[in-house]
Amino acid sequence: MNSILLHAPALIIALPLLAAFITPILGRFNRKTISWLATCVLGLTLLLTIFVARQVLTHGPIVYVFGATETGLTLPFGYTMPIRIIFQIDAMGIFMGLITSLVAFLAAIYSISYMEQHTGLDKYYTLLLLLATSMFGMELTGDIFNFFVFFEIASISSVALIAFRSTISGEPAEAGLKYMVVSSISALMVLFAIGLFYGQYDALNMATIASVMQFTQLDKIALILLVTVLAMKAGSVPMHMWTPDAYSEAPAAITMILVAASQASLYALFRIVFSIYNVTLNTVTVGWILIILGVLSMFIGVTMAIIQKDIKRLMAYHSISQTGYMLLGVGVGLAVLTNPVALESFGIKAMEGGIFHIINNALYKGLLFLTAGAIFLRTDTRDLNKMGGLAHNMTYTTIFYIIGAAAIAGIPPFNGFASKLIIYESVYRFNPLLAIIAMLVSVLTLASFVKVFHSAFLGPRLEQYKSVQEVPKSMIIAMAVLSCLIVFFGLFPNLIVKYIVHPAVMALINQAHYTATILGGI
Amino acid sequence: MIGNFPFIAVIILIGLGVYSLLFKKNLIKIAIGLTLIESGVNLFLIALGFRKGAVAPIYTQAPEGVKMVLPTPQALCLTSIVIGVATTALILSIVMVIYQKYGTINTDEIRRLRG
Amino acid sequence: MNIALLETGSGYWNTLIWVVTALIIGVCVLWLRNRGESRYKKDTDQTKPFLSGNPEVSKEDSHVGASHLYWGFTEALKNYYEPLVKMHTGNINDYSGWIVLVMAIIFIIIGVS
Repeated sequence: MNSILLHAPALIIALPLLAAFITPILGRFNRKTISWLATCVLGLTLLLTIFVARQVLTHGPIVYVFGATETGLTLPFGYTMPIRIIFQIDAMGIFMGLITSLVAFLAAIYSISYMEQHTGLDKYYTLLLLLATSMFGMELTGDIFNFFVFFEIASISSVALIAFRSTISGEPAEAGLKYMVVSSISALMVLFAIGLFYGQYDALNMATIASVMQFTQLDKIALILLVTVLAMKAGSVPMHMWTPDAYSEAPAAITMILVAASQASLYALFRIVFSIYNVTLNTVTVGWILIILGVLSMFIGVTMAIIQKDIKRLMAYHSISQTGYMLLGVGVGLAVLTNPVALESFGIKAMEGGIFHIINNALYKGLLFLTAGAIFLRTDTRDLNKMGGLAHNMTYTTIFYIIGAAAIAGIPPFNGFASKLIIYESVYRFNPLLAIIAMLVSVLTLASFVKVFHSAFLGPRLEQYKSVQEVPKSMIIAMAVLSCLIVFFGLFPNLIVKYIVHPAVMALINQAHYTATILGGI
Repeated sequence: MIGNFPFIAVIILIGLGVYSLLFKKNLIKIAIGLTLIESGVNLFLIALGFRKGAVAPIYTQAPEGVKMVLPTPQALCLTSIVIGVATTALILSIVMVIYQKYGTINTDEIRRLRG
Repeated sequence: MNIALLETGSGYWNTLIWVVTALIIGVCVLWLRNRGESRYKKDTDQTKPFLSGNPEVSKEDSHVGASHLYWGFTEALKNYYEPLVKMHTGNINDYSGWIVLVMAIIFIIIGVS
């Protein structure tokens, strides 16, 4: 048993990848079992991730070298730089891994009932498992070319999933095409930046590149390319236009994973800025670039959300605005990185707020998209003008929606409040204006969710929705788990911040520790 | 100077690709633009590993004392080509679906999702 | 360690105290509400809405749709919204254009600094 658990980092990737290609074969014999297979495999992956997370948080970063005689042997035969593909799992990586595995598992549970009526289920689950695999790969890998490969797998599988319903109407194909074009550009620019790194330093390992980073002109160009395209993939304004298209047309469970996937890109942005460049770059300038992107995302995202009439488009604009909070929090941390006093007094707290917001956003945004999917399943429309009075028949969905909406608007005691409070108070000490904008955005968020609540759930029972029923059990279970986690995170925020978020922030800031895990010696 | 020619070609290829992404209204031409950028990036990777007068990096076949070109960029480039084929195939198949549903491949008319 | 206590760097936030306070206030409000209005009689004309003598609109027709909500807000911010909505063209060329534009801006900012 122990020897298997030693390979847990590889198994996290291998299990969903293997299952992804078993599902089409199994689907030939029995159509019913594939959804259960996918759910079980993702559940197992969740357990493995929790196991790895416990090890990382108690014993420090884990290194897994593929093809080596020992899993921790980074420098064989006295080499001074690693040549094999290495998974380097620190607290930040496994933090994102936990989000991914949780979201993918719940999406699989939700899909059991939600996708029941659709054809081509085997392909759906193959793509879903591939998407989960690629996200794990992006988050756990320590090799920048390996990151590029997983990045491309993520965009290809998510495009196929977004366009999954294009047999019915043309819009999903349109959304898929738009996402494909922008993500191809971003992946190619990432590859170009990798070429720039390799040409200068002869290395593809992120820790090795970080240890010899000079910040030459070419590194500046690589930084510009990486920051722009990864911010685009995370959905920051003004490169956000693909987000509402893709999020609104994908099936609800996939939208939930897409939120986590764009946060994986955000993670890659933080990883590159903090772990590869760190203090060699002009932290104030890059920090302010992140802050400005964040503030623009927050404000334009939320104001565009208010005027939307499509429920999933409205929520998609909100995920842009929530990404802004993360960029703001971490950007403030980056801007004061070279100033130890400011970093100690509010920089670390601001980053904690931003990173904590990632997991909170994955939870409540996922829950809201799932409730939107539940409404779509029963009413067959996403148009808010055609809805009304659904609370009479869909009691559970209404309760889950209220929890999700209260959490995203930052109403205590739900989790959104905890992370937003940390961001407000720490950002206020950096620049009061930014904190005021953040609070204003929070108010507008509440306003637009009140709009959805009023037009979809409240009001008299409408004629056409007299016979609407509550959604099936598997969907309720997925939503209930998310709601419980939201309430738990809201009631005991310090538990999460202290044991999961704080180590993740320290893993980002401390570059010397990151390089030493691979190259040895401090 | 002559050694920099591959890199100038890289810039020209990527520039042409970006130009067709920005200004071409035909979806097929946009797909072509993406493959142009991809070729540019691949050429960049290959050019990084080039050494004058070197042979292919096959360890057992190379004659004594002759330099070999760097194999890693070639491996990277191969991976990137494989991924590029998948991307192009997916884009073209989506363009086919769009043409079936919309009856056009002009980008000005394929904008039901906006606002 | 108090697990419900969140340190925010410049202050503290205690969830349990907030929940207990909210419960106490909620109980007070419920108690006040249950004391009730003594003159209220069910199923009389007293409970019907009075719309200046006009007949009451049926409940199904009185539902306000999503497009009518926040009309004043969007009307007042018309100058802000019009260019913003126009910016979201939905055209794939513009999507690539924004990426190139932002890349150029960041290039200038980082190049100058």
